[in-house]
Amino acid sequence: MSTSESTASGIGPVEGASLYSVDNPAPVIEPPRKRTRKSPKSTRGNFEMAAWLFMRLSGVVLVVLVIGHLLIQLVLDGGVSKIGFAFVAGRWASPFWQVWDLLMLWLAMLHGANGLRTVINDYAERANTRLWLKGLLYTATVFTILLGTLVIFTFDPNIR
Amino acid sequence: MPAGTLYRGREGMWSWVAHRVTGVLIFFFLFVHVLDTALVRVSPEAYDTVVATYKTPIVALLEYGLVAAILFHALNGLRVIAVDFWLQGARYQKQMLWTVVAVWVVLMIGALYPVLGHAVRELFGS
Ligand code: HEM
Ligand code: HEM
Repeated sequence: MSTSESTASGIGPVEGASLYSVDNPAPVIEPPRKRTRKSPKSTRGNFEMAAWLFMRLSGVVLVVLVIGHLLIQLVLDGGVSKIGFAFVAGRWASPFWQVWDLLMLWLAMLHGANGLRTVINDYAERANTRLWLKGLLYTATVFTILLGTLVIFTFDPNIR
Repeated sequence: MPAGTLYRGREGMWSWVAHRVTGVLIFFFLFVHVLDTALVRVSPEAYDTVVATYKTPIVALLEYGLVAAILFHALNGLRVIAVDFWLQGARYQKQMLWTVVAVWVVLMIGALYPVLGHAVRELFGS
């Protein structure tokens, strides 16, 4: 098919002359469902979009944090064998690793909890089931984040 | 149930299933992991006792599985991000999936000795 035959109006020579021209433009058709000044104010925020974006941003950061963590705990310096109270005390003596673990805790928990929220929405069909499962999920998430944060901030190497 | 409505996708569907399964598994592990780490606030003995289970051969195998899950979820997550944000992402999604699988296999082979070495030594003597 030759493209040079079609005119700007998209009407080829077979149909005859174009109906519209610069002086007589085609009417503008408003895109369906477009929000205008007249349409009612949206009652929903952009929560789902923010959640979608958060999954991607936190994912990129978690690649570094979690894979770095696994390298330190399972691969370097003797792997798991070295882990013990003294090892943790040595690591949390440094603010750098405290911040690392804190960030990893918050991002991984929020990322995972939001992912599980999607999974619940997908599979739990009854509204009541969804409500209970999400209640359980949010309770466990808040509890875990608070506990983990508390442990990092109150860690005491001389507990005994 | 109407017949023939079951969606049977190709690689893309299976990578999505694997991403979902690994994500849920990691979340459950993390919940337990924060609990076991919290034992450092109880006593050094309590912590060391529980961490000792992490060093047994059977749990070493579970750790290898956890590494497998995390590496797949991380690599495939980066692929999902590339599909969403890179203009050519959707066109190359299949090539990217096979790249993910290849990198995953290489890293899993590399993790064999560091993660399972001590278990093999314990089981068969060194
Ligand atoms: C089997 C593999 C793993 C081992 C042996 C391990 C070991 C440890 C150890 C010894 C600590 C104490 C603090 C430190 O040394 O940094 C810790 C803390 C932590 N780990 Fe892991 N880890 C593993 C996997 C993971 C994974 C996969 C994640 C994330 C999804 C994770 C997230 C965390 C977090 C958030 C903390 C801080 C906990 C708190 O705030 O109380 N770990 N881990
Ligand atoms: C290591 C770096 C990680 C990356 C790059 C990553 C990336 C992603 C991305 C991009 C999504 C969204 C998928 C979509 O919308 O289709 C996702 C979903 C998810 N992630 Fe991660 N993630 C990482 C770590 C984690 C961790 C540590 C956990 C658990 C605590 C986790 C649990 C989940 C769950 C449960 C989902 C939902 C799965 C679904 O809806 O099918 N992810 N991840």
